Amino acid sequence: MSLLSSTSQQAKHQQLGLGDEKLVAMYSHMLTARMFDERLMLMQRAGKINFHVSGIGQEVAQVAAAYALDRDNDYFLPYYRDYGFVLSVGMTLRELFLSAFAKAEDPNSGGRQMPGHFGSKRLRIVTGSSPVTTQVPHAVGFALAAKMKKKNFVSFATFGEGSSNQGDFHEGSNFAAVHKLPVILMCENNQYAISVPVHKQVAGKISDRALGYGMHGERVDGNDALEVYRVVKEARDRAINGEGPTLIEAMMYRLSPHSTSDNDLAYRTKEEVDHHRALDGLPRFRMYIEELGLWNEELERELREEIKKQLDEASNYADKAPFPTPESVLDHVYADTRKEEKH
Amino acid sequence: MSVITEITLPQLAESQVSATIDRWLKKPGDWVDVYEPICEVNTDKVNAEIPSTVAGTLTKILIGTGEDVPVGTAICIIESEGSGQEDVAPQETEEANHAGTLATVAATTGSDVSMRQRYSPAVQTLAAQHGISLEQVQGTGLGGRITRKDVLAYVASGAREVRQLEKAVEQTSQQVRTTGIHLSESPKIPNIEIDDSYAAGRGETYIDVTPIRNTIARNMRQSVSEIPHAWTMIEVDVTNLVMLRNKYKEEFKKREGVNLTYLAFLIKSVVNAIRDFPIMNSVWAVDKIIVKRDINISLAVGTEDSVMTPVIKNADLKNVAGIAKEIEELALKTREGKLTLSDMQGGTFTVNNTGSFGSILSYPIINYPQAAILTFESIVKKPVVIDDMIAVRSMANICLSLDHRILDGVICGRFLQRVKENLEAFNLESSIY
Amino acid sequence: MPTMSYIDAIRTAMMEEMDRDENVFVLGEDVGVKGGVFTTTKGLYEQFGEERALDTPLSESAIVGAAIGAAMYGMRPIAEMQYSDFMFPATNQIISEAAKIRYRSNNDWNCPVVIRAPIGGGVFGGLYHSQCPESVFFGTPGLKIVAPYRPYDAKGLLKAAIRDEDPVLYFENKKSYRLVSGEVPDEDYIVEIGKANVLREGDDITVIGYSLPLRFIEQAAEELAEEGISTHILDLRTIQPLDKEAILEAVRRTGKVLIVHEDNKTGGVGAEVAAIIAEELLFELDAPIMRLCGPDVPAMPINPPGEKFFLLNTEKVKAAMKQLAEF
Repeated sequence: MSLLSSTSQQAKHQQLGLGDEKLVAMYSHMLTARMFDERLMLMQRAGKINFHVSGIGQEVAQVAAAYALDRDNDYFLPYYRDYGFVLSVGMTLRELFLSAFAKAEDPNSGGRQMPGHFGSKRLRIVTGSSPVTTQVPHAVGFALAAKMKKKNFVSFATFGEGSSNQGDFHEGSNFAAVHKLPVILMCENNQYAISVPVHKQVAGKISDRALGYGMHGERVDGNDALEVYRVVKEARDRAINGEGPTLIEAMMYRLSPHSTSDNDLAYRTKEEVDHHRALDGLPRFRMYIEELGLWNEELERELREEIKKQLDEASNYADKAPFPTPESVLDHVYADTRKEEKH
Repeated sequence: MSVITEITLPQLAESQVSATIDRWLKKPGDWVDVYEPICEVNTDKVNAEIPSTVAGTLTKILIGTGEDVPVGTAICIIESEGSGQEDVAPQETEEANHAGTLATVAATTGSDVSMRQRYSPAVQTLAAQHGISLEQVQGTGLGGRITRKDVLAYVASGAREVRQLEKAVEQTSQQVRTTGIHLSESPKIPNIEIDDSYAAGRGETYIDVTPIRNTIARNMRQSVSEIPHAWTMIEVDVTNLVMLRNKYKEEFKKREGVNLTYLAFLIKSVVNAIRDFPIMNSVWAVDKIIVKRDINISLAVGTEDSVMTPVIKNADLKNVAGIAKEIEELALKTREGKLTLSDMQGGTFTVNNTGSFGSILSYPIINYPQAAILTFESIVKKPVVIDDMIAVRSMANICLSLDHRILDGVICGRFLQRVKENLEAFNLESSIY
Repeated sequence: MPTMSYIDAIRTAMMEEMDRDENVFVLGEDVGVKGGVFTTTKGLYEQFGEERALDTPLSESAIVGAAIGAAMYGMRPIAEMQYSDFMFPATNQIISEAAKIRYRSNNDWNCPVVIRAPIGGGVFGGLYHSQCPESVFFGTPGLKIVAPYRPYDAKGLLKAAIRDEDPVLYFENKKSYRLVSGEVPDEDYIVEIGKANVLREGDDITVIGYSLPLRFIEQAAEELAEEGISTHILDLRTIQPLDKEAILEAVRRTGKVLIVHEDNKTGGVGAEVAAIIAEELLFELDAPIMRLCGPDVPAMPINPPGEKFFLLNTEKVKAAMKQLAEF
């Protein structure tokens, strides 16, 4: 898909209602996510953190989706590669580093969960877990609440194509469709579930399942930011209008291994990875905004420096921050009906 | 009707699996109180008394002396009587001789009383709290078991016999020689049994080898055959020490209730000398010599028929007064036959007060597997030369047997010199605390 | 004070809570128009509408999962599992999610969901309509589990569960629905979660139990009283967290304890109660701790002699109590 100059396509973002500043902001978020991700990979290999699960190659779709939602009102249930998404809805680099270092100040879980298990009531990011796809019925529950309370928000959940096979996906989708709930389900089909390639995961087309459940389904190029933006926006409008849920299948490629514990060349070739790297949506989007005259080499360099500075600052802060106290392990099993104590 | 109880051999220590009965304290026909000792058993040089778990008459001894039997073996039978009536409220008794009748068992004829001795934790707790002898309580539970309710009912009925709980046996004050740790009571002479199959007129008598004697024999043999003994001796002027002791001995006895013996000073001197020559406190381990850090002094305590070596643990951390107290304590325990296994274990160096039975020179055998043994001989007034003049001084010899694999003459000589110095350093100004 | 059946007490609780707080709603299979397969939710649809008495698709995991999502938002959902035998597809949502939401978010999010499920046999329902699955969820920190016996407690505990800020599994006994009646106050009240209740005071033996078997225990206690045996009965009411103080106090009273439940013996709640007693009261026990429970078989059959063999009844309970008293 080409983004080369063409009057109809150059105006595309404007057709979608995206202003120039928004485009640049989107790119900034994408690049931040990319550089953050790369930094964490390095830090894990350097032994500074124990574990990192990377989302390189998936940032474009995540950021585009975030921008299509109401970041002040909607509820988000991301999965563990969605750094681009959470950064776009307001999580800071410092907070993400605190999570990576498992420090007490980490807002996601106070250093309890592995990285990538996002949560922030303030930002309406619903706390996630490791058993996959459990967030789909939760998203349905939030949408149910929206409908019952007649509120104008939607819930947005992401998951991988492997997770789309869990019972919870099917049960949740059906439930949402039956009751016409305002939920958007976006499958980030990155072609691999750890080592299992998509042709061993799914026989049909994931977006086709929507038909079976009686909801709108659409497949989109996850590396085309504006397409993803369009599709999510439409899904949101659909939901708000009471037309029910949407299933979006965003096609992308997981350029990194599953996690820092995974040796991906055991199950795919370097050629395949390089082939997909050439299709990476990030440089494509950069090209798009450069062609629009909104971006150039200088700004790129400046942005990279700025991001690097922020990464350094955030990672330093998190590195020095204290761990939770050992005894705090005992806290928050139930609501604490005692008076507030030191924890 | 009567209750037959088998007394079984209990487990006295963790790894103990058997024991030998050394001596029966009761014979068939004797009355036995509950918790009264019925026999002495021997394990590894320690005597322990086994108390009876019931009151009654000893009817039969099942295991004789000298037999090694496993823990749990029935060793004797005691028959107790129960009256046929429902006598729930026994009279208050003050007599030292106690407990006539056992409490009535379940009135139904032919009832099973197998659970009568099974005291549940609740029953024992309540009995202890209220000072109740469970013998007096009627058991209405399964198999004649005394239930918690039974005990509570007994308490409520107001009848209570305050039991003399097992306290430490009163120490009858015995004369203990001031310089020695020997017995002054009548000796225990081992049973002399005459074997009929030999002509007694031959003039021979046979003495049974007691378990203690056996153990001693075994240890001595091992020590002598394995350790190459060498021997050395030194003379010490203890005149000042005698004066120091005389100065304090009355006051000490009054204040501490314990005798201030020369042995205490000797041990202190030895311990300090060991500090300077730690090799004296070691063990031969073929490819290495293990130098022990703790200085635990084994004290040879003789009885008329045997010698025991209880241990003063961490003697280096005690002052003269503390050592004197511990000596007396261990002596008493030895005489009473109440030494425990832990009293006997852990010694690293042995001291023997041979002077207390008059010896002026000894050739002691090392207490295997230590490196040396030291004797303190009789204090004798002698003429000695000081500054080219004759003086009458109290002198005592100190003898040392040493393991020549570990120790040589030079180091032992130096060690003894140090002991001598330490002993001679005691004078009227010295402190015993 | 009115007398009502166990099932009415449950329904009343839901009705009163839904009336009091518009965030409270019920969801599950057949709960709306039909009013529930046992009629437990009858009338709620008419009174509160189809959204608040929501007929869901046949998806236990989604029912519980959606309830969890709604609860995290701030609603007060009551998710009904039609039979506790069928709640296992939702186990992942209950154990991995509901129980851990507060803990894993470090107190940022919480999950005030109630999951109701009928337990117990005696309805000739066979293996999959008679189970007592409490022990499956028992011991999962983060969950609260209640199992009322009296109608008074059924109403009070359900109200407490609905108002609780943490997830509560509410196990109602299906045989008790119409079999058990009792006095239930008209007014609003709650029974505190985590508090056991002494049903009868006694001095000879203590019996501890929960749910329907307490009916047999009470009957047996009456009969044994005539034989001079005095029984102290403790109704646990809440299974998790166990009311440790009440358990110890009840056992201390007599020194002899019998623990009763219909769930099979091995790994049941009784095992934990016994462990607590053994840990704390060794020197006050006058008899070994006794348990009387369902046998260790997968579930009860439908043939009547077999079901009877499995289930507890007054004779079995009485025999055990008598044995304990006579020890």
